[in-house]
Amino acid sequence: MTSPEFWSMGGYAGYVWPCFAFALGVLAWNLWAARRCYREARSRALRTVQMTEAERA
Amino acid sequence: MWTWFYRLASPPYVYGLATALTPWLLAGAGLAIAAGLVGGLVFAPPDYQQGDAFRIIYVHVPGAFLSLMVYCIMAVAGAIGLIWRIKMGHAVAVASAPVGASFTLIALVTGSLWGKPMWGTYWAWDPRLTSELILLFLYVGVMSLRSAFEDSQRGDRAAALLAIVGVINVPIIHFSVQWWNSLHQGPTIAKIGAPSMPGSMLWPLLAMLLGFALFYGAVLCMRLRGEVLNRERQSTWVREAVRS
Amino acid sequence: MTPGSAQGTGVGPARGDAAGSVPGVAESPAPGAGVGTFGAAALIMRRELRLSFRRPEHLVQPLVFFLIITTLFPLGLSLQLSQLRDMAPGVLWGAALLSSLLSLDALFKSDADDGTLEQLALSGQGLTVIVIAKTLAHWLVTGAALVLVSPLVATALDIPASAFALMMSSLALGTLTLSWLGSIGAALTVGLKRGNVLISLIVLPLAMPLLIFGASATERAISGTSAAGPLYLLTALCVLTTTLAPFAASAALKISLD
Repeated sequence: MTSPEFWSMGGYAGYVWPCFAFALGVLAWNLWAARRCYREARSRALRTVQMTEAERA
Repeated sequence: MWTWFYRLASPPYVYGLATALTPWLLAGAGLAIAAGLVGGLVFAPPDYQQGDAFRIIYVHVPGAFLSLMVYCIMAVAGAIGLIWRIKMGHAVAVASAPVGASFTLIALVTGSLWGKPMWGTYWAWDPRLTSELILLFLYVGVMSLRSAFEDSQRGDRAAALLAIVGVINVPIIHFSVQWWNSLHQGPTIAKIGAPSMPGSMLWPLLAMLLGFALFYGAVLCMRLRGEVLNRERQSTWVREAVRS
Repeated sequence: MTPGSAQGTGVGPARGDAAGSVPGVAESPAPGAGVGTFGAAALIMRRELRLSFRRPEHLVQPLVFFLIITTLFPLGLSLQLSQLRDMAPGVLWGAALLSSLLSLDALFKSDADDGTLEQLALSGQGLTVIVIAKTLAHWLVTGAALVLVSPLVATALDIPASAFALMMSSLALGTLTLSWLGSIGAALTVGLKRGNVLISLIVLPLAMPLLIFGASATERAISGTSAAGPLYLLTALCVLTTTLAPFAASAALKISLD
């Protein structure tokens, strides 16, 4: 299979490639959002810890 | 066995487990999805009826399958949280909801992109896609109900109950939509995912299914870490974990 | 129930439990203190009905809403009368679902706000009985009323009179099922300030099978073919929700009252 033939997907390129791009994009969003969720929780926890320690001091 | 089950209810254990599992799950998901992509896009022969457009199933079917599975997991985890008052059950449910909703979105978008060349329209009210759309509404309902509560514990429990009610309804909705479609004689092209597939077409699909499932596991673990930290902010073990 | 909230009210362990008599609350003014389960349910229902008839605007508003929605579609679609008949089942059922949802918001809310619900829960009758009584009363004033008005709308939508009996029975089953589903939604959102939109968001997806079977039964009644199939399915849904929804709704109320 030659390269242009591969990319044309038998004439369905306009449907096949957006599908895969969208799916992979959503997967990437999931990773990003999960990471952000963790980071936010971590910094919030850190703040809570610092606050309680400041109160004790 | 039972001690392991009990340990799953303990936040520090879950946090450690999620931290340890994340890289492995991510690596596995990456490998399986990469293999599935290459196999599905390059090695699988074009379908004799649908040509190369059939390759869309390699993202559509895993998305649709996982969206249903994650909804069931969410309901079961919520039920565990509701019945046995296990906080980690709610944490799993909360972490699962956005992932499952995003999988429904994948199934919907790829399904309608597949429908355009096959049926001549993006949205033909195909029963499976319609059920998938209603599933998305169910996800949105559960997530909005949870976020509407200021008291997160109450929100967790209310959302868990709704997820359980929804999971009873999912087969009913599926059946009713199918029944409705059979009346209207909708488009009857052999639907995505024919039962008898040659091996070269089948293995990339299985690889993608596995990849999506592992990916869900990885994202679940990552979100779970955040959820556990949010819920256990006041405890001493979090202090140790955050400092390091 | 969290230990903190239970101690705050001082009656923690007894709240919402179905156990017989609870010491200390026997003299509570709530109905059902000395009567059986059915008696208590009847008392609650009678109270609900009396409250709704005291404020007739609450009775009339959903019905007017129903009429308005069914007017919207023919105006917006500018169809021939014959085409209108094809649209009629869908319009009728969509309007019926929306107008029964309209009043669901108030199902438990006013009683939860002024503490009546807690009193009822303390009466020792169990939340499930209360949910059943209140939901049935709600259905009588909205669903059943809607069924009675539906021939009027049906005539305007060019549905033949021969289909009225089937249409009305399917609507009766459908609105009752919706009331059960709605009681879950109302119970889940009872503690929220702005629960109205959320109820629709929660309940409407669950009600889609209802719409499918109901509209199909009406359609078959109009065309004169046998409507038995969708009517059976509708009945099955009604039985299923009648048995399960009260428990789900009372569990939801327990979460909200905790």
